[in-house]
Amino acid sequence: MSKMPNYTSTTNACKLCKPLGASLAFRGIEGCVPFLHGSQGCATYMRRYIISHFNEPIDIASSSLGEKHAVYGGAANLKLGLKNVTSKYTPELIGVATTCLTETIGDNVPMILHEYHEEFGTDDSPAVVTVSTPSYAGTHMEGFHAATTAIVDQLTMPTAMHDKTNLFSGFISTADIRHLKEICEDWEMPITLMPDYSETLDGQALNEYPLMPKGGTPLVEIKQMGGAKATIELGATLPGRTAGKVLEERFSTKLYQLGLPIGIRETDAFFETLTTISGKTIPTKYSSARGRLIDSMVDGHKYIFGKRAVVFGEEDLVVGLTSFLAEIGIKPVLCASGGNSKKMKKAIEKVMEGMDCEMPIVKDNVDFYDIESEAAELDIDLVIGHSKGYAFARKFEIPIIRVGFPVHDRVGGQRILHLGYHGAQSLFDTITNTIIAKKQSDSPVGYSYM
Amino acid sequence: MKAAKVLDERQGQIHRKGTAPFTIDCDKDSLAGAVSQRACVFCGSRVVLYPIADAIHLVHGPIGCAVYTWDIRGALSSGPELHRLSFSTDLQEMDVIFGGEKKLAAALDELIDRHKPAAAFVYSTCIVGLIGDDLEAVCSKAAADKGIPVLPVQSEGFKGNKRAGYEAACDAMGRLVGTGDISGISKYSINILGDFNLAGEIWLIREYFERIGVEVVANITGDGRVADIQRSHGAALNVVQCSGATMELANMMEERYNIPSIRVSYFGVEDMAEALYEVARYFKDPELMEKAVEVVRSELEKLLPELNRYKKALKGKKAAIYVGGAFKAFSLVKAFRLVGMDVVMVGSQTGTKQDYDELEQITDEGTIIVDDSNPLELSAFIKEKDVDLFVGGVKERPIAYKLGVAFCDHNHERKEMLAGFEGMLNFVREVYGSVMSPVWKFVPRRAEESAS
Repeated sequence: MSKMPNYTSTTNACKLCKPLGASLAFRGIEGCVPFLHGSQGCATYMRRYIISHFNEPIDIASSSLGEKHAVYGGAANLKLGLKNVTSKYTPELIGVATTCLTETIGDNVPMILHEYHEEFGTDDSPAVVTVSTPSYAGTHMEGFHAATTAIVDQLTMPTAMHDKTNLFSGFISTADIRHLKEICEDWEMPITLMPDYSETLDGQALNEYPLMPKGGTPLVEIKQMGGAKATIELGATLPGRTAGKVLEERFSTKLYQLGLPIGIRETDAFFETLTTISGKTIPTKYSSARGRLIDSMVDGHKYIFGKRAVVFGEEDLVVGLTSFLAEIGIKPVLCASGGNSKKMKKAIEKVMEGMDCEMPIVKDNVDFYDIESEAAELDIDLVIGHSKGYAFARKFEIPIIRVGFPVHDRVGGQRILHLGYHGAQSLFDTITNTIIAKKQSDSPVGYSYM
Repeated sequence: MKAAKVLDERQGQIHRKGTAPFTIDCDKDSLAGAVSQRACVFCGSRVVLYPIADAIHLVHGPIGCAVYTWDIRGALSSGPELHRLSFSTDLQEMDVIFGGEKKLAAALDELIDRHKPAAAFVYSTCIVGLIGDDLEAVCSKAAADKGIPVLPVQSEGFKGNKRAGYEAACDAMGRLVGTGDISGISKYSINILGDFNLAGEIWLIREYFERIGVEVVANITGDGRVADIQRSHGAALNVVQCSGATMELANMMEERYNIPSIRVSYFGVEDMAEALYEVARYFKDPELMEKAVEVVRSELEKLLPELNRYKKALKGKKAAIYVGGAFKAFSLVKAFRLVGMDVVMVGSQTGTKQDYDELEQITDEGTIIVDDSNPLELSAFIKEKDVDLFVGGVKERPIAYKLGVAFCDHNHERKEMLAGFEGMLNFVREVYGSVMSPVWKFVPRRAEESAS
């Protein structure tokens, strides 16, 4: 059963809304308070959704618009909100994302901010970045990229050339961010990774509740991104205008766009790019991790060969996982996303090249109703994606491998490592063991020896 | 100890018992930029109607509103589970420009045909209020075409806080009441309002009522069924918990059908017992009262020895409470007292003046009472009072955990049954299980204490 063209309702969406993505990106900047210009509910709902994955406090301020603001405009509340956030948090940056409400009533946020700066601005006022993120146009991924782009667009300034490389790593786990930073450190390659929420959304136990969580990409480094040697931007389905593109246009910063480094070939490509930029060869730590990964894939290949998988989630993640599944002999039979970049199919075709694996069915702009209907006809063995696929995996009595965001029904979603050879190793072990466990528990014999 | 950093505008919403004559500001709009823990009108409506399990709940709006409320609550159903699906019209830019009525009509058509629900609730969101879709017209046309009630819920997010959403939900339910057959209903009959059947609590409560000889006509907001609500005007009495959410409906039923209501709480031993006694008292039949006494006695016989085992360990531990509605806070204060714990802070998102007056009376000297608080204040109160346990919802949990404080989830997401006599034991076990964990030996605040 496939999606009819005149389909009009959504059941169990496989996407989130745009301001959520923007809030996550803003949380990855040092000293930044994400701020939603809209009604109170948006901020609260998104906080709850984010908290349930990261198990970490996240303050998202709101202009808390009420009925009269919907009629007369939200300018006064936006200004009051900015004032209050400034006096309470003393942030370095406030990231204002709009919502459906304020986009529809037509609040001109840049103009309101201009007024605000005229009225209340002082030398130590925080910088304010604004991004337009109505939920009716695009998903949380568009919101994430739009905020990342807005930060670069509005904050970078002409600067002297320096030795750093910019890394826009996309919406990845906090473990992934830490791993990318570790890789670059081992490569002795100074980077500015943005947005870096690896500490702000995955911090330590504390004695004092911090006004602002520690960590995040430093503002001063963002301002100097135009002087970087190069920019690496991760994601196979990025929009046309990205932070990397802005830097390329404005400062001619050399831009490398490549897919998320998931699995062998995509990680190889990432490491080759690091070599190109730095002129350094791969550190032994990683070449040997690659070697061990391949060795383990040999050891485990028989248990998983030919298994049929459904992969769903954000388009970039789906592309990366599909590439990896093809490498380990699992057949991705359905690749689905609520995203609608129109680039996913092509990206999947590209990563399937040379893998002697049949091209999966690729569906974008779908919900879980579609995914489930499609999967019902495909005789699948496993599901790979975030927690919201659990309902249908349970119905089909097949295992789900939790990756990406959100992981709301397990601890440690933020600690899942997807990237690099190390991430591939961890995914490989999890996937293979899940399949073995299923066979073992389904077996009337139940051997404790393979 | 450093006092909380509080915005001047918020000072009136915080009170320390004993410091001054009691006054508190409440029922105010949240302050812009203050990171309120409150949600919106839509959230209020969605919460109340959520457990009506044989209806479809279609969110007319952009995707966020629907997706953040998909299957997040612990409200169980004994039969159909339509409430666990998340339906949305997923409005897109073109719909915002040209109006979403056609899309809504088509979505209703499709979903009603697919799921054959007993009714459909259609929730309005911020954007629908702005683009001016005529929900009423679309719903009544769909109702006529499909032969089921299709009820608009006027829950535009910006129209107020959660409480306005409760009212919108009650309005929608009010349209169902009075449309069903009421023959054969016992003279000793009640509706249960404001229990959401989290983890199956309402089944327990129903059983208590049945044991004392009272028929439950409709569990309106927990394991709810459209047909039950339609005949709920046949009940003799409305028993209302979580009054903020459903009192409006009870008042409407009193006006229209002369059904009186009583306010109860099923949480904690005293309040649970009192709920049964009050219902028995209302029907003025000594036999009912005898049975109620018997139920309470037999339940307590099982419960108290168990409770005492935990009491020893928990005695003197300090608790902070921050919940949605104040009524739950009353019960929690009493429940903690029963196990010997001290409540040092209590607050709610949407309490009224009357609620806070009552809280002031039942709390000890020095207790912080707060309305519409936020993470910074809450964390400062935790530190100031050296709290051992925090009770709240998902948004409060990471604040407590970050500071190394035990936590008990008392929100709609929870999967533990906390109501009734059995629930009291679960509650104490949960509190015990968190407070007594060895993990607190390692968190910075305790580690530093023992080092100094």
